[in-house]
Formats: sequence, structure tokens, C-alpha cells
Amino acid sequence: MHYETFDHESDIGIRGFGGTIAEAFENVAVALYSVMVNVHRVRPKERRIVKVSAPDRELLLVEWLNALLSQSDIERMVFSKFEVKINDTSLIGTAWGEMLDRERHQPHVEVKGATYHMLSVQERDNVYVAQCVVDV
Amino acid sequence: MDPNSFNKINDYLWEIPQKGEMRVPGRIFASEKLMQEMDEKVREQVTNVAMLPGIQIASMAMPDAHWGYGFPIGGVAAFDPDEGGIISMGGVGFDISCGVRTMKTGLTREVVMPRLQRLADQFYTGVPAGVGSEGLIKLSPTQLDEMLEGGAAWAVKKGYGTKDDLEYIEEHGRVDGAEPDFVSETAKKRQYREMGTLGSGNHYLEVQVVADIYDEQAALAMGLRKNDVVISVHCGSRGLGHQIGTDYLKSLAYTLQKYKITIKDRELACAPINSPEGQKYFGAMSAGINCALANRQIITHLVREIFTRVFPEGHIKMLYDTSHNTCKVETHVVHGQKKRLFVHRKGATRSFGPGQIDLPQEYRHIGQPVLIGGTMGTSSYILVGTEEGMNLAFGSACHGAGRAMSRTQAKKKWHGRDVVRELEEQGVMVRGHSYSGIAEEAPESYKDVTEVVDASHHANLARKVARVKPMACVKG
Repeated sequence: MHYETFDHESDIGIRGFGGTIAEAFENVAVALYSVMVNVHRVRPKERRIVKVSAPDRELLLVEWLNALLSQSDIERMVFSKFEVKINDTSLIGTAWGEMLDRERHQPHVEVKGATYHMLSVQERDNVYVAQCVVDV
Repeated sequence: MDPNSFNKINDYLWEIPQKGEMRVPGRIFASEKLMQEMDEKVREQVTNVAMLPGIQIASMAMPDAHWGYGFPIGGVAAFDPDEGGIISMGGVGFDISCGVRTMKTGLTREVVMPRLQRLADQFYTGVPAGVGSEGLIKLSPTQLDEMLEGGAAWAVKKGYGTKDDLEYIEEHGRVDGAEPDFVSETAKKRQYREMGTLGSGNHYLEVQVVADIYDEQAALAMGLRKNDVVISVHCGSRGLGHQIGTDYLKSLAYTLQKYKITIKDRELACAPINSPEGQKYFGAMSAGINCALANRQIITHLVREIFTRVFPEGHIKMLYDTSHNTCKVETHVVHGQKKRLFVHRKGATRSFGPGQIDLPQEYRHIGQPVLIGGTMGTSSYILVGTEEGMNLAFGSACHGAGRAMSRTQAKKKWHGRDVVRELEEQGVMVRGHSYSGIAEEAPESYKDVTEVVDASHHANLARKVARVKPMACVKG
């Protein structure tokens, strides 16, 4: 498992691991959707591209996650597969997913936003860990 | 927290003395028991808020206070724009103007009971709820802007509900100062299809029965008698409100340096009220309030249609609508002087005392109804604002129970199906869009709302009027 969720007060924390920052960002996005739906059942049928920028990599993580949330809400889509390219302070992400199917995807709870709380992007023993708490 | 580490003012008020960078003291309204159970972080967050520019009298926390982003949930703080006062997204929260609306049905439990199942089923299918739900109404960009300016009054004009409904909403269903231009395109796009939806998480639509009356006079003014059936809705400003929160958390964080404001926590990001950035957030946030009010108004319309279909003899009349995630411009007395303040209430309900002109005529002598939602399957309460509360906490009270257990813990401990069965055994019909969502909302995963309501009552923030018990609950 390259991602996980953790408890935080009344909300939920999400964490992604990777050999690079980009990979950790890809996996934390999977964690985000695992909070909302049964992510294993989301088929990567359609592709959406998201571009964001921020002054540092922590804020970039929040931007990335919030851009995905907006995309999901606007198009009623959920995603399960991601590819991230980071160039200094800007990010281009590709998300694969499909229209939300309330039977098959077993929705749990909506995520209102990714927050700055427990926000970090760090390297531990050659593994990048990207995390934050999301408001549900 | 250890109550002994606070200055005890009385049995229901505990003070953090003003020191260091604090501009005012911190004040927590709670019983000793609630203080002991309260998260240590509340002290830290109340203290951090006390350091913000222009804060008046005290940084406060209501009896249901717990950790939140920046401000604690249950946090109340008022700022004076003429003293460099600030406005902060962290003092409002992501779900702008999330709140509770209660409607009277004119029918008693005995009359409703035989058709309750039909009613619950029709609410479940007729009121959109749950992850990714879409409203029955789709708005065009122009209509969306009109909605953001007009709030519930816009909804009524469009045929959703009656003019009479508006009397029973804070500020008559529409706040001044909404600026749709300051709401991002992304926020607007998220809302085109979300009007008249409940959402998920702790949001609900409940059929309730009045179980106890504590204050006969106030109950009479509200038209409530024991055994009456009422309907309550708990929801907010949906995708639009969340996006405004997200957008301005970022933009306010980026402007801190410009105004040389130092904060202890990134999520206290703020700007002076009298600055372009502060005004922009206020305009967008006010539009978010109007969106939530319009949303609850459309849901009221759906509820009314469904209810009168199942009970042609019934008549849905508003009791009141309260919001608990807002920043509002209000006049309060500070050190004997009337001041125009920006009052942040995050997870706190406005609780105006008697005599306020914003209240409908028949409530003006008793004060504002304060609607406190319980958790699925537990009691909710109706209180009334007090004169003392106006002076103690800018006319504010608690908003709900607050979680006692994390969502993951709750999901591990219970299965949604078992929670539904147990509640049915206790006489509460549950209709949910997600079993795992229901497990996360299991009644035992929340604190006891009664404790919080009693503390609000004894602290004189609001007076208990009635307790209502759920009969049927529709969850998102």
C-alpha cells in the first residue's frame, strides 16, 4: 500500500508515499479518493488534466488536491489513477477516472477541502511522504 | 483540560488571563465536566485568536468547543474594523452558513406515525442527498449570481416557498454585502447542479417529535406543544461554500505579509476588514451565506411538497433557521459603547436576546430560537437567546454535540446496517445513502448533546425551551 489515511479529530488525514515527490503526490491523491469512495472500484476510463502552482511544495500539495476536488464536484467524476509532473513550483497532473456511480463506487463521505493542517512533504530514508488533513 | 489551570469566573465560565501577545483574555463557557473532557488544543486556539488585531472583549469558546482549523469549532470572536480588526476564513470554516432549519407540521405524533414510513421513503427519494448528488434545479450563470445576492428571498421569488418563510430566517433570508464577482468561477461551477441538496457527513433531514417542554411561555410563542411533529434540516452552502473557503484560505495567507500581521497558525490567515482583500472575502463569504439560505429554502419547498402529499391535512410553517458558520456585521455594546462589529461564529449559533429588531414579531419578546442539532438518533434542542448572552458572548451559543470518536474508529466499531437496525429498535427510522457514512455517524461516536445544551443554559447563553426526539432520519 503506497497510501494511507489517519485519524485526526473529527476529520481524516491522508498520506502518500513515493520514490519521488511526484509519486508521493500521485499516491496521496489515491488516498483522497479512498476517503470518498471505494477507490478500487473506480475504473480509469477518462482522463482529466489539472495544472496548479504555489510558492512551495507543501502549498502545491494542497493546490493539487483541491484542484482534483473541484474537478470531481463540477463533473461528478471520481478518480483512481494519477500521474504528476512537478517543475519547481508548478504541477501538471493527469487524473484517470469515471463518472460517479453511486451503486458501484460505494460513496462514504464528501471531502470539503484539503487543509494546511499537518501539511508536510518530507523525505524519510529515500521515501517521500506527502500528507495533510482533509475537512469532511 | 485541567479546569484548575483556568481562572474560574463561575461554574460555567473559565478564563485564560490576557498575557504575552494576547490582546484580550480567552473565555470558555462550559461545565467543569466539559472542561475536563475538552481537547487541550482549544486552549491554544482560543489563545491564538486572542492575539488577532482588533479583537473585542475576549476570544470565546462555546461549551461544545473542540479543535478546528485555525479557530476552534465553537469559537466566537468579534472584530472592530476601526481598530484594525481582521476577518478570517479560519473563523468561519469551509461550510459557510451551515445551519439548522426547523419547520412545524401542525400534526401530532399519533397522526404522523401510521404514515411515517411512507414519509421517510419519499424524503429519501425526493430530497437529493449523499456524495455526488444533484439538485432538481439547474442554474444558469446569471441565475446563480442572482441567487448569491438574493439568498432565500431569491428562492421564494422563484417559487420555492412563501414570503412568510423569510420572516423566520436570520436577516430575513438574505445578508447584505454579498458580492458574486468575488466568488471564483470554479466555486460557481460547483454549484450549478447542487442547489437543493443536503450533502453528506453529519447533514440530515429529520422528522422529530417534541418530547419535553422546559419553558411554556417561549414554547407557546413558537407554537410548540408536547407531541407535535416538526421537521429539521441540517445542511450548508455545498460545493460553492467549500470552494470559497479553499480559495480564500489561500489568498488570505498570501496577503499576511502585506499587512504585517503575524499569526500562530497558517489557518488563522486573515486580512484587515478595511482592506481590499478583507472586503473581497467578506463579499464572497456573504454570497456563500446567501447560497446556504437559498439551499435550505429550496429543501423546505421539497419538504413541503412531499409532506403535504403524504399528509394533505398538514401545513408546513417555519419555526426558524439558524446558521452556525458565519461572519456577520452586528451592533454590540462594548464597554458601554455601541459598536459595529464583524462577529465570527464558527460552529456557534447566533443567539439574540429579546427585543432585537431582526426577530419576527411573535418572537421579539422571548428572543431568537436557537436550534441545536443532535446526532442521528439522539435528541435535538430548541433554545432561546437571552439578554445576558448578548453581553456575555455577542449573542452566541453552542451548535451541536461534537465528535467523541474519529470516523475511522467509528467505522471499525460499528457496521452501518447494525446502526440502522439498533436505531429502528429504538423507534428511529433511518434512510441513508451510504452504510459506511451511517457507521461514521453512529450516535455513540458523538458527545452527549444534552450536556452541551445544559451548559449553554446554565451559562446564560441561551435558555432551554424544548427537546425534540427523532422519529425518522434521512442521511446523506
